[in-house]
Amino acid sequence: MTEVIDAPAPRGAPPPDDVLLEVRDLRTYFHVLDGTVPAVDGVSYTLKRGKSLGIVGESGSGKSVSALTMMRLLDIPPAEIRSGEIWFDGKEILGMPMEEMRKLRGNDMAMIFQEPLTSLNPVFTIGDQIAEQVERHKKVNRKAAWDRAIEALQLVGIPSPERRVKQYPHEMSGGMRQRVMIAMALSCEPKLLIADEPTTALDVTIQAQILELLKTIQERTDSALMLITHDLGVVAEMVDNVIVMYAGQVVEEGTVDEVLVNPRAPYTMGLLESIPTVDKRGGRLSAIKGTVPNPFNMPPACRFEPRCPYAWELCHDKGPDLYRAGAAEQRARCHLHTPAGAGRLPEAIADHDRRMNVGQGIV
Amino acid sequence: MESTNAPASTEPEAVPPGPVVVEGSDSLTEMDPLRIARVGEGNTLLQVRGLKKHFPIIGGLLKRQIGTVFAVDGVDFDVNAGETFSLVGESGCGKTTLGRSILRLIEPTAGTITFAGRDITHISADELRPLRRKMQIIFQDPFGSLNPRMPVSDIIGEGLFAQGMKDRKARDKKVEDSLELVGLRREYTRRYPHEFSGGQRQRIGIARALALGPDIVVCDEPVSALDVSIQSQVLNLLIDLRRDLNLTYIFISHNLSVVQYFSDRVGVMYLGRIAEVGAVEQLYKDPRHPYTVALLSAIPDPNPRRRKKRLVLKGDVPSPAAPPKGCRFHTRCWLREKLGNPERCSTEEPQLRDFGGGHQTACHYAEQISAESVASAVETQWVLETAVADPA
Repeated sequence: MTEVIDAPAPRGAPPPDDVLLEVRDLRTYFHVLDGTVPAVDGVSYTLKRGKSLGIVGESGSGKSVSALTMMRLLDIPPAEIRSGEIWFDGKEILGMPMEEMRKLRGNDMAMIFQEPLTSLNPVFTIGDQIAEQVERHKKVNRKAAWDRAIEALQLVGIPSPERRVKQYPHEMSGGMRQRVMIAMALSCEPKLLIADEPTTALDVTIQAQILELLKTIQERTDSALMLITHDLGVVAEMVDNVIVMYAGQVVEEGTVDEVLVNPRAPYTMGLLESIPTVDKRGGRLSAIKGTVPNPFNMPPACRFEPRCPYAWELCHDKGPDLYRAGAAEQRARCHLHTPAGAGRLPEAIADHDRRMNVGQGIV
Repeated sequence: MESTNAPASTEPEAVPPGPVVVEGSDSLTEMDPLRIARVGEGNTLLQVRGLKKHFPIIGGLLKRQIGTVFAVDGVDFDVNAGETFSLVGESGCGKTTLGRSILRLIEPTAGTITFAGRDITHISADELRPLRRKMQIIFQDPFGSLNPRMPVSDIIGEGLFAQGMKDRKARDKKVEDSLELVGLRREYTRRYPHEFSGGQRQRIGIARALALGPDIVVCDEPVSALDVSIQSQVLNLLIDLRRDLNLTYIFISHNLSVVQYFSDRVGVMYLGRIAEVGAVEQLYKDPRHPYTVALLSAIPDPNPRRRKKRLVLKGDVPSPAAPPKGCRFHTRCWLREKLGNPERCSTEEPQLRDFGGGHQTACHYAEQISAESVASAVETQWVLETAVADPA
């Protein structure tokens, strides 16, 4: 029952072949003037080939930093990778020479950033920017690289791509720019696509377009998708598995269906309770009390304890590990899922169900 | 303690959420003639008719007007006392411009705004000032809307000062009361905005709006910049204040889930016009405009078991500087396509038509919307073809 899941795996052994990405006990700290921020603090997860993983969390939870660490895009210092291993496609990449890493980046793993306007270079045409990386990674000539750029733009549904490649980012709308970002990421046929809040800056109907596009493309190209977002609705529609992060740690993981329908970590429960839905209309939203902890002064044991409605003495004294909870693949970082908390669990779950249905809905 | 804002009071008439009257101070007017207008719910507090706001595009060598942005282009609606009326739409649809025009923070180009029975469209700044107390706004960006060089006491007190509360002590007392009202500590008055978190700043923004005892508050995306767990705290606060202070809200948002949870009636805007308006219950259950249908279908639902196929709209929102002729939505309309592109859609601008119970829709073919037509539109759409509407 109290099997500890996140004990670090033995070092050095590569994961099985069907695992595209495995992160083990990753710790990324930032050294700043006021002290040290444990932005990512002991995070482990795996992503199989062709599958999709959602990383959910609020600002400051460490979800973006874990992706940037993986791409090795952080400045060291101020960042420090204190421990951990990242296995990608059979190779450990944290210890890889930068030269080799550059060959992976943009080629085998590609990232779609949140802000398409600031992530595209305003002084180069779309075609220049896509062709540049194709030329570099695929060792083809300029002409072939441009043809590839046109093909990629066509793939993401941009009309008259022959004309569009010669345009600059400012000549396009927000949704169109995000399509260009996706085309750029796809141009080298990556094995892993990392999307960091790909639709946050977009309007609702454009968001729907981009999400459908990402889904279609992932199915067609059979690449794996890592989706980083704060929007549980987007996660619910897009991915197979999900990890929920809070204050630098994974607090819950499992399939989307397990985690979002029957959450078992109090933070995930609280998050879902606080989202306005039709079932809550007419009732009062239950809010998670307080604010995220100060990263320089984390709570000593469980990091969610000060805000947790179910916490008791144990939670203040001893930090929980990830324990098996609920369904098959589900794990939650909470003492409720140990023998010590077993007596309190049914009440917590009943509480959660009540808060999810506080309203009368639309009748 | 002689608390002036007694949120728990069951008799709002007995303790009006109006200006504090502190003995010996040159306070705001004690009697409040405007309050009479809103006694009894169901009264129209705000009436907007034919409102337009056009912005000139200046350019060229001679800096002449070379075009016009039709940000708000003929909008009619009523807001009843005590209700929450939401305006939803995508960026560029004119919802923020509309919200600010109502308060005359920007001068409307045409149309009339009637507040509590009085036409305020053309009254002078001097006449407007006392009315401003009754109409306040909460801004979207809690970082940009608070002056970083001012302590909280000045941020909230500035409006009180402008409204004639010249006595420092009385003002500070009122500021502290307002802070308490929004769940912040009274001691925070000497602090500066950077000392607060996003959620707390938004509370300061709310305190500033409420300090003057408004009747109507325009909430312009008040929770969009906040994290989910903080969002619900602020929404709950707005709901409590609405009940305790008997407020009327105009709630501007692009988040359809929040609007559904929070409001009584909703107006869906598209390119400067209202496409559909009605009670939340009606509009969400039985949308009559193809744009509303698509918007509702685009809401991502956090329950994976309720996953549904989306109706994805093609193309981008056209520029409000060159809105399409006829129905503004016809360039992206799935219903028009289904009906074989009838000519009427691109030639004749649809007016709001009544569908009962205050539910109005501006679509020539609203009757054609049914579960079947929506389902078949979902089936026939292929996402890779959605990026049409290419400006030539």
